[in-house]
Amino acid sequence: MLTCDTVHVSFILYVILQSEKEKDVVNAVNACSKLFSTLLEKKDLFLGKLPTGEEEEAFIGLSAEEKYRLFMRQRYSSCVEMLLEHLDHELYSVKESALCCLMKFAEGEGRHPLEDLDWSEHYSFPRELLQGVVDRLLSRTTENSMLISRFQEFLEMEDVRYYVMSSIRENVGKVLAKNKGVGEPFMFNNVFSLMSNISIPSQESGLTNFMIKQEGESCLLSEHKRAFEKMWLGFLKYKLPSNMYKKILVILHDSILPHMSKPTLMIDFLTAAYDVGGAISLLALNGLFVLIHQHNLDYPDFYKKLYNLLEPSVFHVKYRARFFHLANLFLSSSHLPLYLVAAFAKRLARLALTAPPTALLIVLPFICNLIRRHPSCRVLVHKPKSVEDPYLMEEEDPAQCRALESSLWEIKTLQSHYHPDVAKAAGSINTPLSGLEDDISELLEKTTYELMERDLKQTRKTVPLEFETATQLLKGGGDVLGQHFCLG
Amino acid sequence: MGKVPKKKRSVADKVRKAKTSFEIKNNPFEVKINRKKFDVLGRKSKHDVGLPGVSRSKANNKRKETLLKEYKQKGRSSKFIDKRFGEYDTQMAPEDKILKRFALERQVSKDLYNLNEDEELTHYGQSLAEMEKFNDAVDSDDESEEKGLLSAELTASHFGGGGLLRKKTGGQQDGEETHRAKSRQELIDELIQKSKQEKRERQVRKEESQELTEKLDQEWKSIQALLVKKTPKCDRAEEEKPKLEQYDMMVRELVFDMKAQPSEKLKTPEELAREEREKLQKLESDRLRRMMGEEVEESSQSQSHISADDLHDGFILDKDDEKTLSYQVGDKRRQAVLSSPFSRFLLLLLAPESYSDLKDLLQGHTPDNQRLIVARTQKSNHASLAVGNKLKLQKMFGFLLEYIGELATRSPPELVAVDKLIPELYSMCQMFPEAACKAMQSIFEDAGHTMEEVLEVKGHVPFPALDMLVYLKVTGLLFPTSDFRHPVTTPALLYISQALTKCPVRSLQDVTSGLVLCCLGVEYVTFSKRFLPELINFLAGTLHLAVKDKTSLGYTVVPPFRPTGKCSDLLVLSDSESCASWTKKSLPLSATRHLELRSERDRDHHRLTCVSTCLDLVKRCCLLYKDLPSFTCIFRPIRTLLSEHLSAQTLPELLQELRGEILESIGGAAVTRCRLVLEKKKPIPLKLLTPKIVEVLDYGKKRGCNREEREKERLKHKYKKEFKGALREIRKDTRFLAREKLTEVMDRDSERKRKVRELFGSLATQEGEWKALKRMKSK
Repeated sequence: MLTCDTVHVSFILYVILQSEKEKDVVNAVNACSKLFSTLLEKKDLFLGKLPTGEEEEAFIGLSAEEKYRLFMRQRYSSCVEMLLEHLDHELYSVKESALCCLMKFAEGEGRHPLEDLDWSEHYSFPRELLQGVVDRLLSRTTENSMLISRFQEFLEMEDVRYYVMSSIRENVGKVLAKNKGVGEPFMFNNVFSLMSNISIPSQESGLTNFMIKQEGESCLLSEHKRAFEKMWLGFLKYKLPSNMYKKILVILHDSILPHMSKPTLMIDFLTAAYDVGGAISLLALNGLFVLIHQHNLDYPDFYKKLYNLLEPSVFHVKYRARFFHLANLFLSSSHLPLYLVAAFAKRLARLALTAPPTALLIVLPFICNLIRRHPSCRVLVHKPKSVEDPYLMEEEDPAQCRALESSLWEIKTLQSHYHPDVAKAAGSINTPLSGLEDDISELLEKTTYELMERDLKQTRKTVPLEFETATQLLKGGGDVLGQHFCLG
Repeated sequence: MGKVPKKKRSVADKVRKAKTSFEIKNNPFEVKINRKKFDVLGRKSKHDVGLPGVSRSKANNKRKETLLKEYKQKGRSSKFIDKRFGEYDTQMAPEDKILKRFALERQVSKDLYNLNEDEELTHYGQSLAEMEKFNDAVDSDDESEEKGLLSAELTASHFGGGGLLRKKTGGQQDGEETHRAKSRQELIDELIQKSKQEKRERQVRKEESQELTEKLDQEWKSIQALLVKKTPKCDRAEEEKPKLEQYDMMVRELVFDMKAQPSEKLKTPEELAREEREKLQKLESDRLRRMMGEEVEESSQSQSHISADDLHDGFILDKDDEKTLSYQVGDKRRQAVLSSPFSRFLLLLLAPESYSDLKDLLQGHTPDNQRLIVARTQKSNHASLAVGNKLKLQKMFGFLLEYIGELATRSPPELVAVDKLIPELYSMCQMFPEAACKAMQSIFEDAGHTMEEVLEVKGHVPFPALDMLVYLKVTGLLFPTSDFRHPVTTPALLYISQALTKCPVRSLQDVTSGLVLCCLGVEYVTFSKRFLPELINFLAGTLHLAVKDKTSLGYTVVPPFRPTGKCSDLLVLSDSESCASWTKKSLPLSATRHLELRSERDRDHHRLTCVSTCLDLVKRCCLLYKDLPSFTCIFRPIRTLLSEHLSAQTLPELLQELRGEILESIGGAAVTRCRLVLEKKKPIPLKLLTPKIVEVLDYGKKRGCNREEREKERLKHKYKKEFKGALREIRKDTRFLAREKLTEVMDRDSERKRKVRELFGSLATQEGEWKALKRMKSK
């Protein structure tokens, strides 16, 4: 009775799963999930190895119960295939329910294996199923970030994460090797969003949340770390688009490096990125800093390269705050040679001539701090002998740029900057600097609007007014606008 | 029995007291010598010898007088207070007390019901008037001597001016008796009659005068009513209060009112001109001071001369106002307006309550009429005419600003109307600086906020629309741009700089907008010569757009420009022959939004105009920043750009000339560098080796190092000593009281024992007697 029903139902479900209507499909998926999970629980699908060949042939010579099982098992595998196809469906709701259903099957399969266990493995994990899911997630044609963020829920389980990592590695290796290292942007985005969602607990005791009771390698934190490392290195060895580089470098220092078993393996990648120049170099700084600071990396021309990173665009890029935070850290060492500090100070001052006020409010205290840390640099602001500016802006080597023979006239210039705060900050080089360093960490994130707000919110008793009577729109203020433009 | 020991002690005390202090001091049993730890030369010690017995008995006595009395009085609500004069005054000598009391007694015993105001005369403490009654009964001389009635005159006549009555000596009495025997009775009668008559007369006179005054009062009241035209007093009673207040108010107003100052003599044109010049000079010096960032006191705006009609509303009649007020006098344009159908607007106009009101008011009129309407509204709602008008006009300023913004955003923009409204805006701004400042600030706050939000999302923003450009220009017209810090112009400059750094240039319209912003930037810093880096960056970037060959740049461009890319050839001419047909003309402001350039030639002309504007701005900047120490560094990119890249290209004559001028001024700038020297610091004085002399305030322990600390220490010590002393005193008091209580209890007990023993004794005798009687009976 029951068997007859389930057979019918499974047939009907299979038909509906192919339906066009979204609602039907979602309902069918849910029903599938219920039906097959109960069957899995009852071990009704258990049947050694699935025989190959024609369906009819397989049934020969089996008892009725075995026939039933074989039949249901075939229905199950075709249903799984259907669901995997649905992961590429255009509607998110279908995708989501298919994903949930598949993960439920994975759980059921893990608990009640479909086949006999090998003598070597005392545990089992439905790796094929998971591999299929991951392959679909890392689609080459569609953007799957929504689905991947839904998938993150499952990644919290240690064993799922472990097997997903190895699946990703396999998938990426397979696909990119086939395309000779050239990947599609969709694929890169999917891989990145899936991989950046993976994070590993920092302690062995953190590994508690398993989907299926596990023992062996997937219980060891070191194994997890190794898998993580292999996954990332496997991905990074291919040629990536520059925006992907930026994305990876942004998260590198706090969500990749700490989870790797040997962070030093990243050295090649980071030095290569540091040599690229521009924003990528700026971002690579952060990872390099972690390696230098914690993993004893020796980087010979580090400061020279840092010096060459200082370009006018430094003050305008999005990662300005991060860069200055790191530059502050690098230059806080008291063992730096004097010529280097002077070169940095002079170059920053020169660049400050093109900087917006928010950047100037960072740079001016920054230069003052440099002079404070290295009191011998005071010659930059105190040089009674009058000379021409011998500083060589184009020189790439800080040792050869003759910054120590120059003075910071640029800061003197900035004392007549239009913004009162900047003018005041620049005015501080006139007087002997106080012993305490300025804290620039608060200034790093300041925006122009915050600067404006300061004046706008201030309530003054009297407002000075223009005393020259205004008569026309284009007149007044030296008539500059009136000379070049007319009304109309 | 209980009191015996106490008595004993008191006796002992008395004895001790009675002894001379000398005796006590020499008695070795009384003296206690306080041992000194160290002998300090030259120090006098008060307390080397103590007399514990004496001091204890003193303290005991004192407690008995105060504490014991209080204790005895405890729990008693009624109190006996001796109200006699000076009873509790221990300072007064008893003789004095008695004398004073006597004097007081005398004062109190005055007759209260005496009609005469005169001083009452007494004889031996008894009233003479009372004596009258017993006159007849008195016969004997002796008695009359004792209690005779004597007036002042009489005594004077009799005793030759003896002021006070005294007991007469016997001799005197004898001498007067003969004289008195004859006329005494008559004399007295006469005297009495005389005095009575006088009394009556006096009374009559008094009554008469009183009647007269009353009559006079009545008459005065009737006259008063006629004179002041006021209701009689009785009717006025209710109204009196409010009227008084009004009056008070008026008085106060007059007090606080500005006194009219004597008007000055009529001035000659030269004098007027000079005054005008002086005023301008003062304003100019104020502006300079603000530019240097010093705080200015509130003198700059207020006028020195205050008219008697001035209402302190900040309204200044300037030339412009005069024009509108005197439109009847021959101004043809105004006349035309008067005769036009819009003349109805010259009637009273209500101030708009909302922005839509204002829009309705101004909609569909020519720019000139719009201005007239605004002016009339402003006049008819002048702050002096009604209470709420000031607020209304302040609001109207905000609406007007909004209206200008809307005019600028219309397509095509109605900038002529904006232009006409500028004088009105200026005059209203002069009237209400705070409100104007607030309105402008809110505009910049909104604009800045939206810009920031867009930046966060996209990373870049489009160029500000024409209304923001107009607002920026209006800000420059209304507020001084040269101030070191100004609540409106500083944010406006920040806004310009933000726009010049964050807005990518993608079209010719963007170039035009950027150039307008640059013009505004130059205008803002023209007077103060402040350094605006974004301006130079943008100008260099714009020139970079005109460079054809971008292969080997000797300079770097700053964002938002890129060295190469999609929009980096915007200003490169498509056909070099269009140079010949180009003539310089002003660009319309609407070109910032849309451009109608049909042919490629028109495009090239527009490009050339942009380049020429840019070059002119660069020239102005060169002049502005000539004196900056790093002038050459700032202009190095522009210099290489102009000398190496633009020279190769074919440009019209005018632009070539401009280019040459700029290169000359950059190259010719004095490269003398000022020396960079720290400001001289006051040298830190060397350590001195002369001893530091500290004044010693008191001896003993010295902890504090300066005077205040030592004083504090001393006071603390004193407080501690006093506190301890007070504690000790309190302890002694309780001990004393306990002792008193104990003696009381013991007294009571012994009394009781005695009584019990007495009773037992009597009972025993009684029993004995009874037993004896019984024994007797039984026998």
